[in-house]
Amino acid sequence: MYEGVVQDLIDELGRLPGVGPKSAQRIAFHILQADPTDVRRLAHALTEVKAKVRFCVVCGNVAQDERCRVCQDPRRDPAVICVVEESKDVVAIERTREFRGRYHVLGGAISPIEGVGPDDLRIRELLGRLADGSVTELILATDPNLEGEATATYLARMVKPMGLKVTRLASGLPVGGDLEYADEVTLGRAFEGRRLLDV
Amino acid sequence: MSLFRDDGVVLRTQKLGEADRIITLLTRQHGRVRAVARGVRRTKSKFGARLEPFSHVDVQFFARGSELLGRGLPLCTQVETIAPHGGEIVGDYQRYTAGTAMLETAERFTDSEGVPAVQQYLLLVGALRTLAAGTHEPRLVLDAFLLRSLAVNGYAPSFDDCARCGLPGPNRFFSVASGGTVCGDCRPPGSVVPSPESLELLGALLAGDWATADACEPRFSREGSGMVAAYLQWHLERGLRSLRYVEK
Ligand SMILES: [Zn+2]
Ligand SMILES: [Zn+2]
Repeated sequence: MYEGVVQDLIDELGRLPGVGPKSAQRIAFHILQADPTDVRRLAHALTEVKAKVRFCVVCGNVAQDERCRVCQDPRRDPAVICVVEESKDVVAIERTREFRGRYHVLGGAISPIEGVGPDDLRIRELLGRLADGSVTELILATDPNLEGEATATYLARMVKPMGLKVTRLASGLPVGGDLEYADEVTLGRAFEGRRLLDV
Repeated sequence: MSLFRDDGVVLRTQKLGEADRIITLLTRQHGRVRAVARGVRRTKSKFGARLEPFSHVDVQFFARGSELLGRGLPLCTQVETIAPHGGEIVGDYQRYTAGTAMLETAERFTDSEGVPAVQQYLLLVGALRTLAAGTHEPRLVLDAFLLRSLAVNGYAPSFDDCARCGLPGPNRFFSVASGGTVCGDCRPPGSVVPSPESLELLGALLAGDWATADACEPRFSREGSGMVAAYLQWHLERGLRSLRYVEK
């Protein structure tokens, strides 16, 4: 245990995701030895992000205004909505430059064992966006793990009566890998999701 | 340093650091075990999807000491799939919520790590197989699993004879605190009078009589589920989180 303020800093850092007690201690001592202007810049960035960033009223993505950059962009196709778990997934999909529609950020995945049910996610807001019939395709891009799959299953079932096209991102072999190293589940999914080669 | 090999069902996974996970398994020989799977969250991990909840796997563990548990968490070094289950369960939301409640129940009934719980393990493996096959209503498969889990842990409820004095059934009254059906003389205040069909269903689920269970009308199976939930909550210190998300 260290004295007062140093220990407070270690404790606070230790509450960050992925930071264990050892790393917290290392970061704390790095900060102690760092240049005061660097530390002020870090502190400023932390308070600014809380003061300025909010969540888009339409899609739930992080935004600086009432609506996020994507929702404000008139060139983005409003008829296609891609559903993701977190804002960081929006960033990942934007990097592909493949998608020209809009997003909907759920804020997580259904996980009964962690006490997260459908009502804890932004599902009601999604249904609100689908209500007027202007959306024709819903792309379910939740994580390809169990909870992400369960969330996609739940959403697909829920929007089924609305009659719009519902698609799920393909799962399968990682590009650049060897087939023999794929596990059974992934390889099985790759078979299910195989596509016609039209040459 | 030693290597251990065991079969197990993945109950839960938790993120650890950048790319690792702590995997909680119910194993055949070592009961509940927590182990670290390094790099499992990377897309090119050698574990792939093998260590997702519901997976029935054959695992090789690496432990720092001479025992599997004791000196820190063991590492998962090799994993082979026995039955993936996840795909069939997760593609149906009712199965998913029922299955999640099974995993949480199995975890709660095995609170001491490393203590063998073979019967609980076999019950879970069987129940997940039945759930994945889709041959019975998910809620019935769950209720059967919950009742039998209570039984193998020493809390077998009675649905026929009086749980207090042993008066042969059928008995009309039901009391969670008394251990099931009770006779008119033994019934404590607060006993309920469920329909005989619900009691018959619960007896059938406990005994594995699927023909009777599958033929039960939904209103009675709903009442039965409520009784099972109440009975389970009474015997577990804290309520099950996932039970309230189970779809009827
Ligand atoms: Zn937006
Ligand atoms: Zn009696």
